[in-house]
Amino acid sequence: MWEYTDKVKEHFLNPRNVGEIKDADGLGEAGSMACGDALKLTFKLDESGNKIADAKFQTFGCASAIASSSAITEMLKGLTLEEAEKITNDDIAQYLGGLPKEKMHCSVLGRDALEKAILCYRGDAEKKTEGEIVCECFGVTDLEIQRVIKENHLSDIEMVTNYVKAGGGCGKCHEKIQDIIDKILGKEQPAKKKPVKLTNIQKIRLVEETLEREIKPSLKQDGGNIELVDVDGNTVFVKLLGTCATCSVSQITLKDYVEKKLRELVTPELVVEEVGS
Amino acid sequence: MKTIYLDNNATTRVAPEVLEEMLPCFSELYGNPSSMYGFAEQVEKKLREARSKVASLLGASPNEIIFTSCGTESDSTAICAAIQSAPEKKHIITSRVEHPAVKNLCEHLSRNGYRITFVPVDARGMLDMDYFYRHLSDDTAIVSIMWANNETGVIFPVEEMAGALKEKDIVFHTDAVQAVGKIPIDMNEVDIDMLSLSGHKLHAPKGVGVLYVRKGTKFSPFLIGGHQEHGRRGGTENTASIIGLGRACELAAEHMKEENTRIKALRDRLESELLNRIPHSEINGDPAYRLPNTTSIGFEYIEGEAILLMMNELGICASSGSACTSGSLEPSHVLRAMGVPFTSAHGTIRFSLSIYNTDEEVDFVIEKLPPIIKRLREMSPFWNKGAEK
Repeated sequence: MWEYTDKVKEHFLNPRNVGEIKDADGLGEAGSMACGDALKLTFKLDESGNKIADAKFQTFGCASAIASSSAITEMLKGLTLEEAEKITNDDIAQYLGGLPKEKMHCSVLGRDALEKAILCYRGDAEKKTEGEIVCECFGVTDLEIQRVIKENHLSDIEMVTNYVKAGGGCGKCHEKIQDIIDKILGKEQPAKKKPVKLTNIQKIRLVEETLEREIKPSLKQDGGNIELVDVDGNTVFVKLLGTCATCSVSQITLKDYVEKKLRELVTPELVVEEVGS
Repeated sequence: MKTIYLDNNATTRVAPEVLEEMLPCFSELYGNPSSMYGFAEQVEKKLREARSKVASLLGASPNEIIFTSCGTESDSTAICAAIQSAPEKKHIITSRVEHPAVKNLCEHLSRNGYRITFVPVDARGMLDMDYFYRHLSDDTAIVSIMWANNETGVIFPVEEMAGALKEKDIVFHTDAVQAVGKIPIDMNEVDIDMLSLSGHKLHAPKGVGVLYVRKGTKFSPFLIGGHQEHGRRGGTENTASIIGLGRACELAAEHMKEENTRIKALRDRLESELLNRIPHSEINGDPAYRLPNTTSIGFEYIEGEAILLMMNELGICASSGSACTSGSLEPSHVLRAMGVPFTSAHGTIRFSLSIYNTDEEVDFVIEKLPPIIKRLREMSPFWNKGAEK
């Protein structure tokens, strides 16, 4: 069974503001029957037209979808549209004292419906689903995935699935989702944190790993290869093989590519030396 | 609050008679059945008796019974034994509606060089038998088809399928976890080579299962170790649970008639009353070929987890075919294989009864469920639209 907070349970069992405002100022629908949850959100502004006077919801979905919907209608009352616009899915989850991670998509559903309701009020045509569909099972686009990754600092596919369902069906899109994650993480965290001080064993392993994963494949493209001979302190002894062994610019390869790469990915103090064959 | 337990296909309560039989194993009867003294011999004797009781329920002989740790182990053992015994064969036939114990193993094998045929089912959950016959080949090592489906209760024609393989060199295995104890099974009458059962589905404890292996069937052990189970399953016997399972099998035989009369009548009443009182609801699975204790009902336009949690407030325990309860995002593979529409699949609830259920309990559910469904539908944006159809 899910571990729902008392507040989720309470909002599920006694949902606030169920229904549909007939002469609503804004109406937003998100989700679908096929996806397993759907929310129809309506709101009405007060007479001055400044603040949200009332909000109601209709939801098809599980306990946390109903609770998230109930929560958002409560949160909206008394807010200006500008304030309402700033509500994030995380705010909805926080209001409920948190949601199980697998259920975060319920809070995203609430935010989506709210956005659409505000767009509806402003008379902006609902933004056509831009971007490319990545997850065909749940109809999720790359833009939606990018957004949820950035806003919620997601770092793996499972988290993306928990938040927008993408990847939760047949699983064929996992590679594409990983690419999106890599791209975003690559941009935002350029330097991978390295252990402050490597032990000798760690250093040797990391050198080996970097050679295998990064350096060998690119040397091999040109018919060359490299072999690790020894690591002594911060000096890495290697043997160049294949075309590299006879290449006139092998020293440049060694210093400008191999050493640079190892310094970047292992530790900046490294010096690479060639061992004659 | 009283618990009304209507989820007996998930697990069952340990029968008081079973517990009574088991308790001494946790105190004075702690000997290892393999040991060579009288103190352990009394445990070994009880183990032998348990084996006979299990065999008797199945119409098998005691040396065809291998005790395992669960239904999943039995299924894995059966399928792996069959493919190891015929290493040149690379084809397996199973169905699209198997329990994950078989389904996921087959999917795993498909990534390791095996070709898997998943026999489809129709809208009523019945197997496409033509498809089955068409896909049998000389390359087929094993056919593994469940005796009865856990979600819908639909019973499959395993006798016919096993019979069709009789002259062929293909092993027939059935996951009978849901069938044993609910419908009569007699291995003398069928050509099934291997059969899995699980203790906790028939009022024995969790952590014990059985693999029946017909005499003469090629076998290789899954757990390799000591000489237990005649070398067919290593590991010290789970004596308490095995002895409990023996008693549970005796009880199952005694209760078989009640299961198929009183329990069936209770199930039928629960089902027909709910269908009468709740519009836009329907049964999943062919009513003519079902276990006597199971009903799967789709309540349109609402979602199963919400129904379960509202029933939970009243102490009613059942399960759902919806995505949200399982932790996955899609409704059950069984309902999808049957082509149950999303309007109904997400709102499917399975009730599964046992001999411990009473008329009063069923009355309570009949009274309490309709208002829950009504309330959730009033919250659903699809309800008005859908009901106008």
